[in-house]
Amino acid sequence: MKAKVNGLERELADGSTVATVLALLDAPPSGVAVALDGEVVPRAAWGTTFVPDGSAVEVLTAVQGG
Amino acid sequence: MDDPLVIAGREFGSRLVMGTGGAANLSVLERALVASGTELTTVAMRRLDTSGGGVLDLLARLGIAALPNTAGCRTAAEAVLTARLAREALETNWVKLEVVADDQTLLPDPVELLDAAEKLVDDGFVVLPYTSDDPVLALRLEQVGCAAVMPLGSPIGTGLGIRNPHNIELIVSRASVPVVLDAGVGTASDAALAMELGCSAVLLATAVTRAQDPERMAAAMRAGVEAGRLARLAGRIPKRFWAHASSPAMR
Repeated sequence: MKAKVNGLERELADGSTVATVLALLDAPPSGVAVALDGEVVPRAAWGTTFVPDGSAVEVLTAVQGG
Repeated sequence: MDDPLVIAGREFGSRLVMGTGGAANLSVLERALVASGTELTTVAMRRLDTSGGGVLDLLARLGIAALPNTAGCRTAAEAVLTARLAREALETNWVKLEVVADDQTLLPDPVELLDAAEKLVDDGFVVLPYTSDDPVLALRLEQVGCAAVMPLGSPIGTGLGIRNPHNIELIVSRASVPVVLDAGVGTASDAALAMELGCSAVLLATAVTRAQDPERMAAAMRAGVEAGRLARLAGRIPKRFWAHASSPAMR
């Protein structure tokens, strides 16, 4: 199956969760947040939230700015 | 003198809120932040990219509270989602709300701003909105529950100072939440003027981060904010048309 992760199309294994995607991105354990199709996924639900085929995942962190 | 800035019940010893945008690198930013004496500093939210980052670690190491902002958002919906993501990532319900209308002016979009402010207050956020210097809008933002109002002196990054000091005074005179002069500061006298007009604090980034010597300019801004605050509390003399001798008459 496929999902758009931070704007890039990615091939994901069936049954991938938000946690799977974060591991794929080598995301740090803190300081990041995830939106799945425009809705925030709380940290506690990362391991149990499945990423549906064709969905959009946004992974954000704090950077210099503003 | 104990004169803390109080926003939403939280005390800050410094009345200078810093931004992090525009610094050449993290070590320049670190020296500038230390010299500024700031206790609250804004950061933007962007897609994770392993090359960037590090700013949160820097703030944590310096004991400076991170204030996430919604820089780059054009609509209330975008700003609300960004604020919620920031709350999740940074574990804070404070947000500098920024909803700009276009790239040329970066002026706040008042309609989207007020809508986003209302939604975020309802969602339990401590909302600090970047707004225009419109006294009516400032009051509306306060009425929907914002914890402070942050009018611009002039557009972001211009360094044009405070273009309408009277509007800033009008906003201050009616506000019952702190007024933070946000954007447009070019040099230390602009920061001092903001405080003399009655602002509770000043928020700036570019004037320091893009100065030739950011560390020295940060120290200048700190002194400017402190001088302006003292002058405001001391009460300036009225302006007069004619001279008024300060020495006793000869006879």
